[in-house]
Amino acid sequence: MSAVVALRGVHKVFGFGADRTVALEGIDLEIEKGAFVSLIGPSGCGKSTLLRLIGDLTPVTSGTVRVNGKSAVQARTDHEYGIVFQSPVLFDWRTVQRNVELPIELSGVAPAARATRAREMLALVELAGFEERYPWQLSGGMQQRVAIARALSFAPAILLMDEPFGALDEMSRERLNLELLRIWQRTGTTIVFVTHSIPEAVFLSTQVAVMSARPGRIVDLIDIDLARPRDELTREHPSYFEHVTRVRESLRRGEGQRPLVALAP
Amino acid sequence: MTARLRDAIPPVAVFLAVLGLWELTVRAFGISQFLLPRPTAIAIALSEHADELATVGRNTLVEAVGGFAIGGSAALVVAFATARWVAASRVLLPFAIAANSVPIIAFAPIMNNWFGILNPLSKMMVVAVLVFFPIMINTLRGLTLVDPASLELMRSYATSELDVFRAVRVPNALPYIFTAVKVSATLSLIGAIVAEYFGGAQSVLGQFIITEAALFRFANAWAAIVVASAISIAFFLIILGVERVALPWHASARAGREA
Amino acid sequence: MLRAARALLSFVAFVAVIAAIWELAKLLGGDPVGGWTPPFAWRIANDLNMPHLWDIAASFAAPAQRNGPPLGVLLVTAAGFTFREAFGGFVFGAALGLGLAIVFVHSPLLERALVPYVVASQTIPIIAIAPMVVIWLQAGWLSVAVISAYLTFFPVTIAGIRGLRSPDPRAIELMRSYAASPRELLLKVRLPAAAPYLFAALKVAATASVVGAIIGELPSGIRDGLGGAILNFNQYYISGPEKLWAAIVVAALLGIAFFALVRAAEVAVLRGRLGGSAA
Repeated sequence: MSAVVALRGVHKVFGFGADRTVALEGIDLEIEKGAFVSLIGPSGCGKSTLLRLIGDLTPVTSGTVRVNGKSAVQARTDHEYGIVFQSPVLFDWRTVQRNVELPIELSGVAPAARATRAREMLALVELAGFEERYPWQLSGGMQQRVAIARALSFAPAILLMDEPFGALDEMSRERLNLELLRIWQRTGTTIVFVTHSIPEAVFLSTQVAVMSARPGRIVDLIDIDLARPRDELTREHPSYFEHVTRVRESLRRGEGQRPLVALAP
Repeated sequence: MTARLRDAIPPVAVFLAVLGLWELTVRAFGISQFLLPRPTAIAIALSEHADELATVGRNTLVEAVGGFAIGGSAALVVAFATARWVAASRVLLPFAIAANSVPIIAFAPIMNNWFGILNPLSKMMVVAVLVFFPIMINTLRGLTLVDPASLELMRSYATSELDVFRAVRVPNALPYIFTAVKVSATLSLIGAIVAEYFGGAQSVLGQFIITEAALFRFANAWAAIVVASAISIAFFLIILGVERVALPWHASARAGREA
Repeated sequence: MLRAARALLSFVAFVAVIAAIWELAKLLGGDPVGGWTPPFAWRIANDLNMPHLWDIAASFAAPAQRNGPPLGVLLVTAAGFTFREAFGGFVFGAALGLGLAIVFVHSPLLERALVPYVVASQTIPIIAIAPMVVIWLQAGWLSVAVISAYLTFFPVTIAGIRGLRSPDPRAIELMRSYAASPRELLLKVRLPAAAPYLFAALKVAATASVVGAIIGELPSGIRDGLGGAILNFNQYYISGPEKLWAAIVVAALLGIAFFALVRAAEVAVLRGRLGGSAA
């Protein structure tokens, strides 16, 4: 099977001397094509740093990162991934459509082709009709959908998402979870998703990577074998709660705490 | 070597390099000191005319500080008075901004006529008008642009408007006021010197510079310019010092960010 | 549209208030007029120091010199002359200011080395530099524009540095994820983000450029501009105080007009953004 993202023996250290902080230690992770992998862990465990290592937004201290068969640096230059942050980071001087066009504009795509593609992506995130609006005229959830449309505009193989729904209210979050799954099914993109929320991680992913407190290590890689397509009913299914408990217990172990519940082996 | 000292190296290096280059260029190309006196010539002029420069410098400084005090206090009074009534401040602000775009310096001859050409007050009034608008506009902004959440909090304590003023608006306004005051400090000395150009007592910096330049004694003129600049910078640094003491939380946060 | 109308209206209202106070002061303490003798005698309010507003208005129509054109025409021509110098200084100063800001944002070393001098440059009294600039560059449009630029580049530099640094660090990360070049980062992110800051500074620079132009004309012996007119009417103040006031009114209007022009450009360029622009 083809591993789209492969990290081997990755260490990440910040600072020197007295300020030296080991953010990540001995990370080995393989993500298959088309998978939806969530990274979850306590605050400061390095999950956002790990995401940025995959995107070559910060260099590894040691170890290797291969993305789509290339080095992380090459993958970034070749636009192999799109990234979505916790805040939409839209440019307030551009219309919604021009915001979505930004990455393909930088790739030198002609204006007509750009506009078509941007409109396609906006239709995909169900924001058709909002092309000429400005970001401040949209709600937080809608702005994030524009950010997702932008990240997909050059049809990357991988989507990196750093707590994209963290700033939204619970209901918008659940709605956008469903939307994201729908987009994932349609595009077949491999998604690496950082989150704080156990229910969200379980609901969305094919696998959940649980991380320990700093220095961050991957303590568990849990397969989430809930049926697809997942919907509101999935959240009420007993096996959903089992998986959530599994992830929670794994997190507690990662933080060095005793288990609360005895789990079936 | 501490970080602060290390940060000071580039500007100091530039200063020494420019001085050195200036001196060498003038010597090497024999540029007539008519156009550009050597730094050493300026230094000599500074020491030779030290007494006279001190006198004229002091007279001009009196005009600048006097005008600054008059204009600044008037600006604070007007700003505080109008901040209370939101409607008044909304009408006043655009007018003040427009008034700020008037070349105040055009009033210098008028002030001479009103207060007497030899009276330092005529120069002080030009400076006063020059600093009035920036200080008033910024103070008004600082008093009114308060976080609505803070005002709601005060409302929940059922305090008087005066308490709101004291506890919230004034501290909020202090950084704005200091910004305007720092800009005005520099402006006041320049304003005084320009106002002197339109005529007045002889023993002032402006007249000294013009006289020396007219007599082609440029080293002396430059020496006076150095004195003017030094006074401005000193004035600015004094206010910076006051700000550090009055607003330790604000100034250090900014310094930390700029480091 | 409505905001502009309201601003204009409040401005007119305020001018009316000033005019009323002016004439009231003269009524109370000025020179006798008609059959009315004022109760007080304030030297400032007499006809020499504070001419009646209608006298000032009337002087626009009368010739400034024997057989010369009406004062109004003279002053408007002078204003146009000064505006050309001011505009030149504005453009030079804005270009220099923005250029410096871009250099400083890309080179922290140069910034640390040179910013103190940029700030210190504003402590040098321009009226002192002006005569020397005139000698170096010969009296004329260029020397006045350079003097004017000296006053305008500073606010643009400072605002430019702040504005170019203002984008969210995540926007920078985003551009990095697109493997964008530094030039693309500058053109697509930093400059658009800096626009509101730059316009605030340009409004200040507009006024400063007019002040610089008037000051620049003084040592140049240039008589065609407003600086020359003010000097001229100051010399002959006793014989016609209204003319000096008229010149000052025109200088004030020039400053305000240039400011309004930049403000209009600001509204046009920043259209669509949240808040548009601050006052």
